[in-house]
Amino acid sequence: MTQTITKSGLSDLRSKDEIRAERRKGRTGVYLVAPGLLVLALFFALPVVVLLAMSLYVKPPGAEIGEFVPGFEIGNYATVLSAYWPELLRSFGFALIATVLALLIGFPMAYLVAVRLREKPLLQGILLVLLIAPFFSSFILRTQAWKQILADEGFIAQTLKFVAILPADGHLTATPFAVVAGLTYNFLPFMVLPIYANLGRLDTRLLEAAGDLYASPVNSFAKITLPMSAPGIFAGTLLTFIPAAGDYVNAALLGNNRNTTMIGQVIDSRFFKVIDYPGAAALSFILMLSILILVTIYIRRFGTKELM
Amino acid sequence: MSHSQKLPQDPNIRALVSAMSQRSLSRRSVLGAAGALGLGGLLAACGTGGSKTGVAAGPAAADISASDPTLNWANWTLYLDYDDAAKAYPTLEAFTKQTGIKVNYSEDVDGNDTYYGKVQAQLKSGQDIGQDIFTLTDWMAGRVIRQGYTQALDPVNIPNSSNLLPSLQNVDFDPGREHSLTWQSGYAGIAWNKAKYPKGLKSVADLWDPSLKGRITVLDEMRDTMGLLMLQDGVDISGTWGQDEFQKALEVLRGNIDSGQIRQVKGNSYKEDFISGDAIAGIVWSGDLVQMNFENDDQWEFVIPEAGGTLWSDNLMVPVGSPRKANAEKLMDYYFQPEVAAQVAAYVNFICPVTGAKEAMEKIDPSLMANPLIFPAEEDLAKAHVFRSLDADEESSFAADFQSAIGA
Repeated sequence: MTQTITKSGLSDLRSKDEIRAERRKGRTGVYLVAPGLLVLALFFALPVVVLLAMSLYVKPPGAEIGEFVPGFEIGNYATVLSAYWPELLRSFGFALIATVLALLIGFPMAYLVAVRLREKPLLQGILLVLLIAPFFSSFILRTQAWKQILADEGFIAQTLKFVAILPADGHLTATPFAVVAGLTYNFLPFMVLPIYANLGRLDTRLLEAAGDLYASPVNSFAKITLPMSAPGIFAGTLLTFIPAAGDYVNAALLGNNRNTTMIGQVIDSRFFKVIDYPGAAALSFILMLSILILVTIYIRRFGTKELM
Repeated sequence: MSHSQKLPQDPNIRALVSAMSQRSLSRRSVLGAAGALGLGGLLAACGTGGSKTGVAAGPAAADISASDPTLNWANWTLYLDYDDAAKAYPTLEAFTKQTGIKVNYSEDVDGNDTYYGKVQAQLKSGQDIGQDIFTLTDWMAGRVIRQGYTQALDPVNIPNSSNLLPSLQNVDFDPGREHSLTWQSGYAGIAWNKAKYPKGLKSVADLWDPSLKGRITVLDEMRDTMGLLMLQDGVDISGTWGQDEFQKALEVLRGNIDSGQIRQVKGNSYKEDFISGDAIAGIVWSGDLVQMNFENDDQWEFVIPEAGGTLWSDNLMVPVGSPRKANAEKLMDYYFQPEVAAQVAAYVNFICPVTGAKEAMEKIDPSLMANPLIFPAEEDLAKAHVFRSLDADEESSFAADFQSAIGA
């Protein structure tokens, strides 16, 4: 036997039985995927179709509140877009800033736990639990807690005022700063965990080799660690950006009514307060579509083979 | 449950079960019923709303009160006497003891709009929303009654309803009180933190004092905030005002939001801002202030503004799909006894709508008899106004304008 069997050489050696077995395996795959597809069809595809239909409904003249009839009113999209494009842009802006901040804060955290503490499993375990711990309590509750921490009479605001970083009549809550901080905090674990999982597989011998070849730490980070962790960063940024763009809890609790309104709040108020179901549906659809487009561009530009 | 004959509450399922128990059941009828269930749910989820003619919601459900001694009641938070130590509602316990009806009390209503948004689709198709009594504010009560989403009450079963305050017995949204009874009433007015703003407030205009910049909250309930602002402009909010008056007041609101004078426009959660100190003053609901003061050493003071405040009531109603109307009527009758009403009023501190409760209060807490926020003084009532009913078009356009002014 020679050790240099090429890939094509291998496939030539497969018998008909093997090919048949391969096909059967393929069919088994379809059966296994079917339940998942069904769930997706029922709970994703169908609602999207209903949403799309709803977004084109029209209000008949003299209608009762909340009464709409099926129609094909594309104007609904123009109406909500012209009224709410600032909120839409702001949502993506806030989400982007929060994603970048989460990456800047989250990457060192993940690196510390996954690489630096590899030799100390106990400490590593404890820190990992601490990373996940926020998930044990309610998202709303944690955001509410931040409201108390950043309150005007709270320690942080008072200290900042004392050292004159914050003007005497300034405040931390009810500002864009508080909303972005809330988004960053709330979605941080979604950034850290994928990067952690990825860095956990980082072969530190490569870093040692780079050191042996006189690469500076900065250089070996840029040439080895960063490229190797790209799939983790990629997953983390998506997991942070997508929910952050549609979030409305942070803006509602930590924001004001002037320059922090996010698109999720608008959809909520169109649906529940104004009882404008087509408008709310159109905005939801626009939000979904914009995220889809942005994410597609992102994947095309930075996507890695490992993820696809 | 040990009852073998217990049927599910959903009328669609009930129809399906009864169809199955008859012999006429065919494969097609099962599919049809299942389809109706699924598609009905789906279309209901689209929420195409009520029809102009009202009473879209078919006949009321058959009453099973006699065989099913339970009752589901959806109410607002902090709106019924509660015993912290026993973790129970004393008046409800007593009701169960008296009648054998077990009450599932839930604080499900956190806003008229949001609650309506949640249940409207089911109400429209006449389904049981899982509640036998729901409690909504005047204008929303008017809407659900107009849309045929409530059952007519039988006065014979509620003899104590004659104890309803005379001023509340005939309201424009429900003439003759055929569908609703008042649960509690209250004012929207202004309040301030006495230690942080000793100067105090007299009118809504005082809220725009530059020293209060960024420390004001106002309510996200359009009728209360806009009502107070319009009253400040000298508009009679019960009378015949229109777009111009509304827009003028809205400009004031928008200006103060844009300048940062108003920190936030909030629902029930404004209380937290008052307690944390982020808000020093604002437009608030009367009963909340009494409760907050009780729990936080009398930090705030409430007044009805000189130009007037709003008066609102929340109303008990039986939703159209409820099969336990008789039980609901028993509960309403129970709470219209002056002694019981006084017990509730002593806890919730809103205006008690029951005649004779003031006298009954003497046994519970005589100090509350003189509290004008529970047993209103004539001069307060003279300053309190009811926001006029809006037609569907006005309501949509005002709500949209108000929401856009408050940045949502």
